[in-house]
Order: sequence, then C-alpha cells, then structure tokens
Amino acid sequence: MIRILLILMFCATTAHAVEPDEILSDPALEARARAISADLRCVVCQNEPIDTSNAGVARDLRLLVRERLVAGDTDKQVFDYVVARYGDYVLFRPPWKPTTFALWLTPIALAILGMLSVLLILSRSSKGFATIEVLSLEEEAQLSEITKTKENRDT
Amino acid sequence: MIPELGQFALTLALLTAVVQGVLPIWGATSNNALWMRSATSTASLQFCLIAIAFGALMRSFVVSDFTVVNVVENSNSMKPMLFKVAGTWGSHEGSLLLWTLILALFGAAVALLGRNIPTGLKARTLSVQAWISIGFLSFMLFTSNPFDRVFPAPLDGNDLNPLLQDVGLAMHPPLLYIGYVGFSIVFSFAVAALIEGRVDPAWARWVRPWTLAAWVALTGGIALGSWWAYYELGWGGWWFWDPVENVSFMPWLLGTALLHSAIVTEKRGAFKSWTILLAILTFSLSLLGTFIVRSGLLTSVHAFAVDPERGIYILGLLVVSIGGSLTLYATRVHKMEPGGLFAPVSREGGLLMNNLLLTLATATVLFGTLYPLFLEGLTGDKISVGPPFFNASFIPIMLPLVLIMGIGPFLSWKRADLAGVISRLKWVILIAWIAALVVWYIQTKGPALAVLSMAIAVWLLVATLREWSSRIRLGQVALTDSLDRLRRVPRAAHGMTMAHAGLAVCMFGFIGSSAWKSEEVLFVQAGTQVQIAGFDVTFEGVERIQGPNYIASVGTLNVMRNGRLVTVLYPERRSYPVAQSQTTEAAIRSTPAGDLYASITEPVNQEVDGQWTLRILYEPLVGFVWLGSLMLVLGGLLSLSDRRLRVGAPKRKARSEIIPVAAE
Amino acid sequence: MKKFLPILPLCAAIGIGVAGWWGLNPDRDPGAIPSVLIDKPVPEFELASIAGTSTPGLKTQDLLENQEPILVNVFASWCVPCRAEHAVLARMVREENLNLVGINYKDKPATAAKWLAELGNPYRRIGSDETGRAGIEWGISGVPETFIVGPGGKVVFRYVGPISSDAAIGKIREALAAARADKP
Repeated sequence: MIRILLILMFCATTAHAVEPDEILSDPALEARARAISADLRCVVCQNEPIDTSNAGVARDLRLLVRERLVAGDTDKQVFDYVVARYGDYVLFRPPWKPTTFALWLTPIALAILGMLSVLLILSRSSKGFATIEVLSLEEEAQLSEITKTKENRDT
Repeated sequence: MIPELGQFALTLALLTAVVQGVLPIWGATSNNALWMRSATSTASLQFCLIAIAFGALMRSFVVSDFTVVNVVENSNSMKPMLFKVAGTWGSHEGSLLLWTLILALFGAAVALLGRNIPTGLKARTLSVQAWISIGFLSFMLFTSNPFDRVFPAPLDGNDLNPLLQDVGLAMHPPLLYIGYVGFSIVFSFAVAALIEGRVDPAWARWVRPWTLAAWVALTGGIALGSWWAYYELGWGGWWFWDPVENVSFMPWLLGTALLHSAIVTEKRGAFKSWTILLAILTFSLSLLGTFIVRSGLLTSVHAFAVDPERGIYILGLLVVSIGGSLTLYATRVHKMEPGGLFAPVSREGGLLMNNLLLTLATATVLFGTLYPLFLEGLTGDKISVGPPFFNASFIPIMLPLVLIMGIGPFLSWKRADLAGVISRLKWVILIAWIAALVVWYIQTKGPALAVLSMAIAVWLLVATLREWSSRIRLGQVALTDSLDRLRRVPRAAHGMTMAHAGLAVCMFGFIGSSAWKSEEVLFVQAGTQVQIAGFDVTFEGVERIQGPNYIASVGTLNVMRNGRLVTVLYPERRSYPVAQSQTTEAAIRSTPAGDLYASITEPVNQEVDGQWTLRILYEPLVGFVWLGSLMLVLGGLLSLSDRRLRVGAPKRKARSEIIPVAAE
Repeated sequence: MKKFLPILPLCAAIGIGVAGWWGLNPDRDPGAIPSVLIDKPVPEFELASIAGTSTPGLKTQDLLENQEPILVNVFASWCVPCRAEHAVLARMVREENLNLVGINYKDKPATAAKWLAELGNPYRRIGSDETGRAGIEWGISGVPETFIVGPGGKVVFRYVGPISSDAAIGKIREALAAARADKP
C-alpha cells in the first residue's frame, strides 16, 4: 500500500521526462525515438508513456530505444525488442493479434450495425411518409384559416 | 458534537429518502394526491438534511477538527483556507457526500421549480430519485462514513499532495459532479415514464432543461480538468484517454445525444425509445464511472483509496439501478407510441445520424476502456489500450458528425430539400476548401489528417454563422431590421449557434496543439540561447524564493522576436518540505496564435553546477480549446435561459405576429 | 428483429457487470504485469562481480546447468524493503540450503559492498548491474523482484515485492517445491 502511495506521489509530479543528454544528434532518429517513446507505456508510472515518465526504468528504456535506433533497427523491431522483455502491456497501441481482433474490429462492426439500423429506420419511416398525401397549397391555406379562427375563439 | 450532528442528519436523510421512495410512487398508482404531493416536502427536507451534513463536514475541515478521521487524512493546519474547504470533497467519503448532496439538490429543484410537471410523473420521478439516494446514503453510512472519529486526536493531519493544491483542481469535482449527478434526474424522469407506461412529447419538454443544466456543468468540469492538466503537469498535453478521463467523457457524449434526441421527441413525438434509452444510459455511465474510479478495477492516477468491500457494494448498486432500469426498458419500451414519420433527408434524419454517431463514439470509447479488463478475465493476458487506439477509432466517427452538424440546422422538419440546402451552402463549401489549401500551404510538414480536420472545423464554423445570419436576414434587410430580428430570435437558437460554433473553435485548438506542436529540450546555464517557433529565448539564471509552504527555484527566460523583447517567462521548480515532493510550475505565454510553454527541472545527471534542463513547447492554437469550451458552456446557459424551456406546458396566448423562423 | 434490440443494452450491461465483479477479486492487482519470461529460457546477460567483494559475478551460463532450482534475487542497497527480505533469504540459505544468486540493480559498487558487509552476504553469486540493462533483460520494473530458474535454465516463477511476509514466503516455498518436482 505504501509502495502504491509512493509511486503515485512520484509519478504524478512532473516531468523528469526526456533529458537533453538522451537526445540523439540525428534529428530524424530523434524524432522516431520520441514517437516510439510516446507509444510505450511506463511499467512503473502506468498512466504515462516513457517519454514523459519520471521513473528510472523509463529513462533506461528511452536510452535503450535510442540505442536500437542508432544500431539500425526499424520502428517495429524496436517495439518488438521491448515487448519481448515486458509483454504487450507496454504497447499503447494494442497489437494486431488474435486476442485483439475483437478490439479493433468491434468499432467497425458496430458502425456497420448502426448504419444498417439507421437505413432500416429511415426506410420504414419514409415508406409510411410517401403514402401520406401532402396537402396542396389551397388545402394548406384552408387549414391555417381554420386554426386561426379556432385560436381566436379560444383566447 | 458537530460531526455527530452531521451523521445524524445523514441518517435522517436516509429515512426521509425511504419515505420519499415509497409514498409518492404508491400515491401515483393509487391516485392519492396527498401522497403524491408529499414528494415535494420529502425532497426539500432531504436536501436540507444533507446540506446540514455537508456543512458539518466542511466546518470540521475549516476549523481543522482532527478528531474526524476524514480531516486527519486529508487536511493539515498549514493548508490555505481555500484548500481546507476543498478538502471536504477531496476524499472518497467526502466526494460521496457531495454526490448525495447534488442528488438531493436536483430532486428538491424538480420538486420546487417543476410546477408545471404533471403530478403523477413528478411523484414517480422523485421516488426514483429517492431510490438512488437510498443507495448512496446507505453506501456512505455503512461503508464510507465521513464522520468517523478518532480519539485521541492527532496533533496535525496528513498534508494533501501539493499537486492537488490548486484552484482549478479544487473546483473541478463540484462542477463535474453537478454534471454527472445532474443526469440522475433525467434518469429518474425516464424510469418514471417507463413505469407510467407512456412518453408524450411534453415529457421531453420537462426533461430538456435538466439535461441541459447537467450537460453545461459536465462540459465545464471536463474542460477545467483538462485545463488543469495542461498548465500543471508539465508536458503540455490536455487529454490522455486515461480510463478516468474516458469515464467522464462518455456521459458527456451520450448527454449531448440525449439533448438533441429530446428535441425530436418534444417537437415531433419521434425517437421516444431512443431518448428514454439515452436518458437511462447517460446516468448509467455516470454510475459506471463512479464504480471504476472507486473500486480499483483499472489502474489510474485518479483512484481513491480502494477497498473490495466498497467495490462490491457499488457493484450491487449498479446491478439494481442499471439492471433494473434496462430491464424495465426492454419490457416496456414497445408500449411507446411511434412518433411522426419523416423523410430520410430531414432534420429528424440528421438528428438520427447524430444519435447514431455519438452512441457509436461512446460505445467505442467504452469498449476500448474495458477491453483490457475483459481480456485479462478471459485469457489472463494484459494489454494496454491507449491514445493510438482511441484516436484511430474516435476521430473517424466524429469528423462525419461535424460535417452533418454544419448542415443540420438548415434542414427542415419532416422533409428537407437537400439540393436547396447544398446550394445555400456552396459559399461555405468553397471557404472550407480555401481554408484547407491555406492550412496545407502554411503547415506543409504536418499530418494530412490535420488539414482535413481543419477544413471540416472551418466548415462547421462558417455554416453555423451562415445559418445564424440567414435567421436574422443579415445583408438581406436593413441592419436595424436584422438587429430587431436578433432580439426576437429565441435564446435557444442563439444557444445552438454559440455551442456549435464553440465546438468548431475547440476543434481548431485540438488540431493545432496536437498536429503542429514543436518542442526544444536542452541543458541551460545562465546565458544559454535557444530558438523555437520564431522566438529567441535566453535563459538568464535561477533565483531561490520562499513560498508559504515551499521553496521555489524561479528561472528567468527572456523571449525575443526580431530583436524586440516579447515577454519574460518565470518557470518554477517547487520543493515542498512537509510532503517531501516537488512540483513544476510551467510558465505559459498565451496568445490566440499559440502558447509558449516553458518548464525547468534539475538534470538527472548533475555534473555542472547551475545547470538546469529547459523544456520549451510551442503549441499553436491551444487557447482555442479553452475558448471553445467556454463557448459551449455559454451556449448551453443561453439555451437554459430561454423562457420556453422554463415555462411548462405551452399556454395558449395570442400571437400578434408570426416571425418566420427557419427551423428550431 | 426489432423485438431483440431493446434487450441489447441490458445484455451489454450484464456483460460489463460480470467483468466488474470478476475484477473486484481482492487478490487481483490491476497494476501487476505478468512476466513474459515464464516458461522461457533465462535471458542473455553477463554481469561482473561487485568491485570490492569476493563473490563471483553472474551470467546466463551460470543458470543453465543446475539440477536444483535457483532463486535469482534482484536487490539494491537503496531499496528499503530489500533489508527485510535479506534476513528471510539468508535464513532460507542457512536452513533450507537455498541456491541463491543476486543481481545488484543500479547500485554503486562501494555502497553495495558496504551494505553486504553490514547485513551479511547469502548470495552464491552476485552480478553488478550498474546501468540497469540486465534488469531490462529480465523485464523488471522495480526492486525487489525474485525469479526462480528451474532445471535446464527455464524461468518458472517470478515474484514482485519483498519476500518478507508469511504469505510471500509461502508462495516462494510452493514455487520452489513445484520447480523441484519438475525434473527433466
């Protein structure tokens, strides 16, 4: 319990995030490093990416990411490297594997379901609508006359 | 003595709630007018009692009564008075007390202000509201009593986390709760209608003002929370799709859908089942949110002290309230009479799409938030669902919605002439295209999605203004005539214009600060210079200053542009000796074009003395997020102040002149 | 079809309710991250000994040719709970012949040596991981963490936190017994 409280206090205070001594000299690589760090979850301060986390492990991982990039890894290889050691939990972007098919596909499935039901509702409504005859201009005028007289009588 | 008084008041409130939960609804079934009217007195009494309890707790905090456990755990004699007061609702028990206070407030408000609501509906509604109160009051009294005492009293309390000692954050819970809990009364209205067995369009008229009030408060609460995160946490972000953020956002999404669906039910008698369902689901999501935050189900920085016993109790509450209401819905919704028919292209059709897209967005966010829990339960695997998933699924749903929002106000009820509407909007479409080209020209390196989103945001803004201008016939008649029409247009219409425009403004902020952010991180000593976003920034050094309960190192940054001094920024690094923690106070220079955001921290490897790590961000257009949120709130308040919403049934009155209003 | 639609929200709510009820299990730690190493071979690493001590260093090879299960304990002198754990581990080495090795995580050799001199050194081998890189290979998020390596160099168990409470000691003993029973 104390450990949890200490972690919360430590993590909620602000950024000992990316330090200047971690920054790579190649701006393109550095940009990739930042992007990758933003998508890796810190295992200590679990509601932050390692890019902004205070934790020591986060700093080690930031350095590791840059090391791998300098060594020539692609972005995917860097992610795989970290996942091999910590599991899928560190990915903020859930992977595409059998256990997450449902996650990625459900919004699409719901969208299709929703569109179908909308089409259903609209077609039913417009079918009924089309069978109603619309009043002609004359009939509209007559109707407004009648309602006006009724109102005048009531007030 | 006073804390005992508070606890006694709570117990009495529970008893009152029990009476309120039984008598009026029994009276409604047996048509006993006296019993039905008893709801008014019990609701008012319940509110007074809970207010007394709340006052008692607040007093304990104000005088630092350390015989009360809650005060010991959440306050300290050295805390500034504002935060002592805010400590009342800063804990699990205190925030529950705030919950019940607002529940009772809304109940009493309906009892006293809802003069035109039919007696039967009012009685049933207040009974349902009382049932919810019973749940929360008993939860408090049996498991989370804020008035527990400790003898002998300790000399002083624990300090509150310095991160939380902030005005914005102190006001965030009350505002959020008025929103969250405000939807309870709409839920009660819906359940009462289901019990009664009918929903007439008038029901929607009673419901709208309460939905609007809750929605306004929730918008303000969420915006305040985001704003606090932005200026306090140091990384310039304002939304992280954290489970607790999502849990406050979902009722907002469904509440927006409810607001619009209720309009259709009121004016055309259609969408009854939608509106009832949305009313039930919005509050259900509030309850689910309470459960998730207080039960320790998911990791979050927001979590209160966690206790499985409390979690089970809340889950039980959820099963009864959500399970009960949805079962009632499933069994009785077919009794609703179908409403007016409409063509696919019509205002109803547009609002149907609105309902669908907002519900879809909510379902997506809910699914993403809970998926890790489902997966862990089924397979034991642990995954994370973070911003990449939510951004990828939420944005494609919202962009079409914003497109429709532009056209919606132009569509007439029942059947609209799409070709005619599009032709009226052709200049707007052109302006949106031009905006896209301009944005693309200025920000060639940014993501393409940003250009598209900007164009759509411009589309919304200009289309909304176009609709407003055609309402007052701006440019088509004399200016004085337009101004005259301006006064006569119902406030709700102005509210809509303001709110829709506000969303467009928010979008400018969302897009600018996410897509075109730039950042510089470097070691600085006195004299170090850095360029960012066209500014030349010089670090002048650090000074040590003593604050009330902290020691601050204040940095000085001279910001120049083209050789002229633009501003001086003073970022701080504060050290709190009692709490033994540190915070970073960022220095922010806000202009409409963007924010310059600077913070300093000690470097991890401190080899050189006087060396600091400087982080400077430039966030274009981020101020529009707060401006847009303000516009949303103002729009809601404008609508709320519309007389037609407060007057109950429309009285027949002689209409001297009919103003051709485009549509409402 | 239309009849079924109104039941959908209720079904969804029931599903969420069940998940919520399951999630409330007091033994469940929502922040716990399962170790990827379970049932996998020991990760590749090589650590020198702590400068100033005579205990040899630790590398992958040392964990592969064992018949008895090995307890790999990740500790540091700056870690307060490690002190309590230390006494328990020392006793287990003395009384139950526990095969104990350690990884000294992100510690200055001088401080670590002093800590071991003060409290005693029950470790057969200790690897000095000053940079924390070996810790990353083991997928640790903090100290103390303890792994059990079974026969043939397979990681069979991981425990997060100090082995100081009776419950923790019980879990470790259980896991050790299971590892022993699992001979190749």
